Amino acid sequence: MDALVGMLAQTATSAADLKAANAAIGAGFAYGLAAIGPGIGIGYVAGKAIEAMARQPEAAGMVRTTMFLGIAFTEALALIGFVVFILLGL
Amino acid sequence: MTIASNLFAEKPTGPSPELSVSFDMVKRGFLSSPLLVLVCAAIWGGYGALSSAYAIVIVLANFAVSAGIIAGGSKISYVALLTGALFGYLIRLGLIFGAVFLVRDTTWVVLPALGLSIIVAHLGLLIWETKYISMSLAYPGLKPGHQVTRLRR
Repeated sequence: MDALVGMLAQTATSAADLKAANAAIGAGFAYGLAAIGPGIGIGYVAGKAIEAMARQPEAAGMVRTTMFLGIAFTEALALIGFVVFILLGL
Repeated sequence: MTIASNLFAEKPTGPSPELSVSFDMVKRGFLSSPLLVLVCAAIWGGYGALSSAYAIVIVLANFAVSAGIIAGGSKISYVALLTGALFGYLIRLGLIFGAVFLVRDTTWVVLPALGLSIIVAHLGLLIWETKYISMSLAYPGLKPGHQVTRLRR
């Protein structure tokens, strides 16, 4: 009987550990995948902005303002992924 | 129309609009942050308010660092501006992670309040600023009403 209780307790601990491990893996994937998309997006925004400024330097101020806001909006996606990460498994 | 021929050597001319946009957002963040802190205090209590205030500081610092990196890069060359935009993203994500990682085990941190405040403050300030930028794209921070007044004089 004692052995059975011990085995059940060990199983319960393992299940909790497994759940925690799965949460940590899920959180890591959430943060990592959420950071990839904005990384690509920011690269695209910045690249196109540089192209626009090189073609038309007199419009650089307007382009840079739009670029800054575009980068910040894109970064919001990464922040949402980060928040999911901290809520799931930090 | 002039076209930049060497992106490694030439740099954008004129003032840095990122700094004024960022300054505007920080100013509006300080003005509106008590509302968000009060909401979090009503839901999660005093620790929720502290967490919310910490999240707002993180968001405002993120905007300021972002503008600083891009403006610094623009003083060097177009390529440095691009590099600053890309690596600045990585650096800022790391800084935000570190700032949250440092306080995650302290007693006063309520993670849901911290996380939601980060998202709400970031998006709220951006949308608020975009409203003014779209009104006067090349002159952030200036309301069209002010320009009209100047023109009439």
